[in-house]
Amino acid sequence: MKTSNRTNPFIILFFILFSAASLLPFWLILMVSLTGQNALVKFGYSFWPKEFDLAAYRFLWHDAEPILRAYGVSIFVTVIGTVVSLFVTSALAYTLSRNDFPFRGALSFYVLFTMLFGGGLLPWYLVYTKFLHLNDSLLALIIPGLLGGFNVFIMRTYFTTSIPPSLVDSAQIDGASEYRTYFSIVLPLSLPVLATIGLFVIVAYWNDWFTSLVFISNDKLYNLQYFLYNTLMNAQYLQAIASKAHIDSASDRILPMEQLQMAMAMIAVLPVAMVFPFLQKYFVKGLTVGAVKG
Amino acid sequence: MQMDQPITASSGKVRTKSAHPFRKLMKYHALWILALPGILLLLVNNYLPMFGIFLAFKSLNFSKGIWGSEWVGFDNFKFLFMTNDIWRIIANTVLYNLVFIVINTALSVLLALLLNEVKNKLFSKFIQSSMLLPHFISMVVVAYLVFGFLNPDLGFINKSILEPSGHEAVSWYMSPTYWPYILIIVNSWKSVGFGSIIYLATIIGIDKEYYEAAMIDGAGKWKQMTKITVPFLIPIMIILTLLSIGRIFNADFGLFYQVTMNSGMLKDVTEVIDTYVYNALLVSGDTDLASSAGLLQSVIGFILVVSVNLLVKRISSDKALF
Repeated sequence: MKTSNRTNPFIILFFILFSAASLLPFWLILMVSLTGQNALVKFGYSFWPKEFDLAAYRFLWHDAEPILRAYGVSIFVTVIGTVVSLFVTSALAYTLSRNDFPFRGALSFYVLFTMLFGGGLLPWYLVYTKFLHLNDSLLALIIPGLLGGFNVFIMRTYFTTSIPPSLVDSAQIDGASEYRTYFSIVLPLSLPVLATIGLFVIVAYWNDWFTSLVFISNDKLYNLQYFLYNTLMNAQYLQAIASKAHIDSASDRILPMEQLQMAMAMIAVLPVAMVFPFLQKYFVKGLTVGAVKG
Repeated sequence: MQMDQPITASSGKVRTKSAHPFRKLMKYHALWILALPGILLLLVNNYLPMFGIFLAFKSLNFSKGIWGSEWVGFDNFKFLFMTNDIWRIIANTVLYNLVFIVINTALSVLLALLLNEVKNKLFSKFIQSSMLLPHFISMVVVAYLVFGFLNPDLGFINKSILEPSGHEAVSWYMSPTYWPYILIIVNSWKSVGFGSIIYLATIIGIDKEYYEAAMIDGAGKWKQMTKITVPFLIPIMIILTLLSIGRIFNADFGLFYQVTMNSGMLKDVTEVIDTYVYNALLVSGDTDLASSAGLLQSVIGFILVVSVNLLVKRISSDKALF
């Protein structure tokens, strides 16, 4: 078979420009966060600052308390949420994957229907605030993201296609209980699908700001995204934090608000940008997992 | 417990003859317990709110409580349609989604076709990483990135493009005319890379023999692309488009709320059903409008999803949701 191994130079040029378009906004924000106050006022945001200054990062380093706390909330919610989500999702999917389970059809429909119809924002909001009284609690950030019908069906498809039923049968003939079969046979054999779904769930929790917007008013419980949202939408919020802090009190300089804002955006993007190129193949695999049927 | 009847206890092929319903239930109690947390979560997060749709027929008054509030029949809907806002909001929601579907599908397919021509593995991986990155950041961060360009005082476009070239600076967050374009660009920037990866996976899955046979017959690159690759992509294009049409009544809340910074001046061109319901509920506190608009969205969305699914099923039964 003869194919040329050279890529058309126009295609290379096109993709260089395209990648640049994808990445340049991040570069702009990074550069703003590094621009000195005087250059910023004079020339505005630019892709290459006339004057570099690390003041914003120095501030974050010294007076990081509110940001660290927001980071902590995000990490806590993401870790707990992901672990619990994987257990709950896989346990439900395991029951649905068992051919001999008599209520399989009804239970599948129970899950499927949530993907077709929703009650809307108002009733959902009332259930969490007036019925469960979860406003201003971390549970309100964790519970809504725990279980999605789509993930249940992806896992169930994986269990039925990739785990030989004879394996489950023989384990149970040997006297293993359902719990044991699930924990020591099904889960260890399902690491690929757990990794894929786990990554989707991690990203969803890490990027979530909506549940905070709706349920959280105590600023001690702000997660990172919601903290960022507040500093962007509300300049006074950032000012209030900055005035409490004591950066460079000796030289009493004006605190670089704009740089600070953008520096915080950078430290929120950083974990995602550093980790995800390595995990990319799991995401791609997750996109191409087989048919999802109820 | 399973030691008593080791064979019948588990196997899918060997069924117990005992049909006593209680024994049947007990036999599977472990599977029920495994499923229980999931069942409860769906109950709280999905089914309880579904029962809450009756609120659209009440005038909600928190001092009287949910049960004490008055039944008003279809009055909430009457008010909703009397405001005249609702038609503009529905039009915004549907039109933006239609434009997103057309542009994103065209660009994703084009990118996937071109990406398939990139021979260097490392370069290809770099392109894929950089075009996927926008998909994995939150809309809050996207709002920051957009603000970097559009900040009226210091933003890149005003300070580095418009002012140096002698144009007047634009107060972007107060000028509705530009926002349809801005939102379309931001949406494509965020989602096209992800879409093209799906199409690329389909292209990679095409049997190489087709191309070999085509080359023997003297078909060039262009012929191969239009006569083999594109026909293979069309079914998946149709299916993904239909699935998006099923969700045409649901807007991307983050895009319309965060990226516009919820600016009131832009409402005419940026308000969609989701932001309308949110603002009615949590900003102006008008729960009657929020519940009726929300129910309208849920019902139309349900009808659309179910009908679209029937269509998808006729094209390719294994891509259908149910």
